[in-house]
Amino acid sequence: MPERAELGVMNAIIFSALIGVVMMLGGIVIKSNAGIKLLAIILLFILLGSHLAEYYDLFNIHIQTHGMLAKSRFGMFFNTIIISLTLLYVLLSGDEIVKVGTYGAEYFALIFFSLCGATILSSYNNLLMLFLGVEIMTIPLFVLTSSEKKNLKSNEAGLKYFLMGSFSTGILLMGIALYYGGTGLFAIEASKAANEAQQAFRILLPLGLLFIFISLSFKVSAAPFHFWTPDVYDGAPSVFTSFMATIVKTAGFIAFIKLFELRSVDMGYSWKILLPLIIILTLLAGNITAVFQQSVKRMLAYSSIAHAGFMLFALYNPNDFGKQGIMLYTVAYSLATIGTFAVLTKMKDYTYEGYNGLAKTKPVLAATNTIFILSLAGIPLTAGFFAKYYMLASALKESTSNLWLVIVAVLFAAVSVYYYFRVIQAMYFKDGNAETTEIKPFFKTLLIIIAALIIVIGLMPSLLLDLFYA
Amino acid sequence: MVPVWLILIPLLTGLVSFGLQNAKAVKAWALFSTIISTTLIIAGIYFLNPSSLQFNATWLKLLGSNFSFKLDGMSKMLCLLTAASFLIIFIAINKNEYKNSKSFYALMLLMQAGFMGVFTATDALLFYFFWELALIPAYFLCSMWGGEKRIQVTFKFFVYTFAGSLIMLCGIIYLYFQTPNQTFSLESFYNLHLSNKQQYILFWLFFIAFAIKMPMFPFHTWQPDTYEQSSTGVTMALSGVMAKMGIFAVIRWVVPIFPEAVNHFSNIVIILSIIGIVYASLIAIRQDDIKRLIAYSSIAHISLMCAAIFSQNNTAMQGVLIQMFNHGIVVIGLWIVADAVEQQVGTRKLSELGGLAQKAPALAIFIVVLAFANVALPLASSFIGEFLMLSGLFQYNIIMAAIAGTTIILSSIYTLNMVQKIFYGNTVTLTEKAVDISGNIKIALTILVIIIIVLGVYPQPMFNLVK
Repeated sequence: MPERAELGVMNAIIFSALIGVVMMLGGIVIKSNAGIKLLAIILLFILLGSHLAEYYDLFNIHIQTHGMLAKSRFGMFFNTIIISLTLLYVLLSGDEIVKVGTYGAEYFALIFFSLCGATILSSYNNLLMLFLGVEIMTIPLFVLTSSEKKNLKSNEAGLKYFLMGSFSTGILLMGIALYYGGTGLFAIEASKAANEAQQAFRILLPLGLLFIFISLSFKVSAAPFHFWTPDVYDGAPSVFTSFMATIVKTAGFIAFIKLFELRSVDMGYSWKILLPLIIILTLLAGNITAVFQQSVKRMLAYSSIAHAGFMLFALYNPNDFGKQGIMLYTVAYSLATIGTFAVLTKMKDYTYEGYNGLAKTKPVLAATNTIFILSLAGIPLTAGFFAKYYMLASALKESTSNLWLVIVAVLFAAVSVYYYFRVIQAMYFKDGNAETTEIKPFFKTLLIIIAALIIVIGLMPSLLLDLFYA
Repeated sequence: MVPVWLILIPLLTGLVSFGLQNAKAVKAWALFSTIISTTLIIAGIYFLNPSSLQFNATWLKLLGSNFSFKLDGMSKMLCLLTAASFLIIFIAINKNEYKNSKSFYALMLLMQAGFMGVFTATDALLFYFFWELALIPAYFLCSMWGGEKRIQVTFKFFVYTFAGSLIMLCGIIYLYFQTPNQTFSLESFYNLHLSNKQQYILFWLFFIAFAIKMPMFPFHTWQPDTYEQSSTGVTMALSGVMAKMGIFAVIRWVVPIFPEAVNHFSNIVIILSIIGIVYASLIAIRQDDIKRLIAYSSIAHISLMCAAIFSQNNTAMQGVLIQMFNHGIVVIGLWIVADAVEQQVGTRKLSELGGLAQKAPALAIFIVVLAFANVALPLASSFIGEFLMLSGLFQYNIIMAAIAGTTIILSSIYTLNMVQKIFYGNTVTLTEKAVDISGNIKIALTILVIIIIVLGVYPQPMFNLVK
């Protein structure tokens, strides 16, 4: 929709910032946890409503952004996905969020601000907006990570995240500066006149892109820039890990795709070496280390690195095919991760042994968690299969000479079965008495709905993808 | 619509079984489901209009994958084998008690649905779907019911086969991008013109997945452990039907798509198969556990089928086709006997058994017929199949055929040795109190023995079916 590029800001950006403010102020008035949670859910519904109103051309706010932001079908669709996922996440884990500390309302507000950053990333058209989006998205996360004030691990994780985050921000800025030097522009679209004028500084462009690539790799935890991930994901309160590993991470990939859809050509031959190298390193680091974990939470942290490796495949084909793929991956991976983390937060013991015998004590939790795990492992009949399928296919679509890379990737997928299925083994085949905190019927119902969604998308991915084209 | 119903019946009845509470009701329900399936496939073969044997509907338009099934000769035979096997298995294990039996029967039925899908799908992505769908229930079945070490053993089995099928998936996606209008249909795969180099690579991507499933030497290591550790009812389904998936898939998805590669690698594959035959037979002779013995014997028989496929002539192929059915029937019979012995005496060790024929004469008669069928004696159904396969192999290479032919001698050693040790000689303390088999096992074994003898004397209906 290029003609709408000048129309400017999306409702989602404005409203997500607004509801964050409302939420924060609401915290002063409302004291009860249930009230705060209810307000958060209502606000998210408002956000979703306003976004959908724009999606269907009913109502939107016009602001002239001079091409800094661009509205695209892809970005709009992605926003629908992440807002819906956040809503699902809050419905499912709202109780746990308010329980983390004494400032329930602020946690929700920070989540909404972070969401605002994510919506900017799905619509930026200018590197300054990329920078803003990344910062708005991650700064609230530093706070959320260290929100368990009395837990030393949480504080450590927050500090680590902050240090690594600012480091990668520095690299991002450096990259943007070099990019500007090379093209004379902050816009991500290539302009012919600018390119000719800056021929002398041509070398700066690929260098700048490389720096941006590295910085974004930090954000999506691609190896060898992933070292912060396990500690931060493990140290942060489990509910917030779930948010970071899904919505925030996939928004990072959207930023990736938007830039390199247009600019991967400028990196020339080095792109052909860089991408497979990063993919293999990421798959290796994530999968192999996950095998050795004893705690399910830490295993999920490493496995999220492994998933980043798969999502990077979309960069091989950052056109419609790769975009469909990343969309499907976002949904499949986020649904399963949100679900399995929701179960995790209810467990008293996060080790594999803590899950022993869950099938007997809590059959619904065990059955739905099995579906989430199967989806993460990419078993057919679940959404995870088609997500992986699209990723592998996009590498082969680019060139059949990528067959070797695809084979390496599936072998790592087979490795991932090892650590994922240990959870299933513990739940179903080992004897034990898995202890959980209190489970409400509503929570169970939501888990069943998520599991059903995963299976429906696994059978009919076109239901989701057709929406993209509708 | 017939193939769709063949999948839907076990799928739906399986899902319903999860909700049933009474153990007896579940057994009756599962039996009912397989009776319907068996009737349907027999009707499909002999009475229904051939147009009803196909089904085609759009599934994933975006990806060019269709929901398409077809029952051709080989599929008909294997669907018949699947339906009949599950019917016989359910009859034979009717008296066995399983904890949480509703899940057991439900998963068995789901696995049956997966098998039916594999045998009838004519779309590569759909085929892959069912290939995995059959594996997941098998994973749960083998891990939840069975011997002490079942969890680790099943895990090895699962990771092994899953890795294999993922590699196949790479091959499928590769072929998909080679087709002119980007589809997964079997027909368009058949019409591809692949260069030799492409064929050589893709051949292995597919073949390894199937070789693991069969299993063929050197990918067989999961098989004896899994067969030994899992509950015998499940083992029957695994060796009777699932092992045929590998052979079937080679015939349908490898031989016609990569003819050059098959030609090029036939020597390697046949040599590996022959190593498998001799190696598995020799190990079978040394086994003390009945289940492990039958497991190794199964490797030897499957390897012979694999060798016969790659000898690339019509005689051998005919032999493979009918032997798939016959081997399924015989091996299920052997497992039923093994299970009956274990239930009676409480051990599977040959060294601890003896003289059972005096206590269980009916069982002894059945096992003798099954043993003859297992060593491929004339007038037993396996004879024709093995004879055709060996004579096909003979046309390909005399020396290879001669070595492969030792299978008949070796198999008579281990099979007859097993029969002798269990059933003849003096009774020992363990077998003192044994009684003869119960009615349901008699029914199951009678059906099997009738099939073995009828097809041994008059195999023509089977040839007509697979033509």
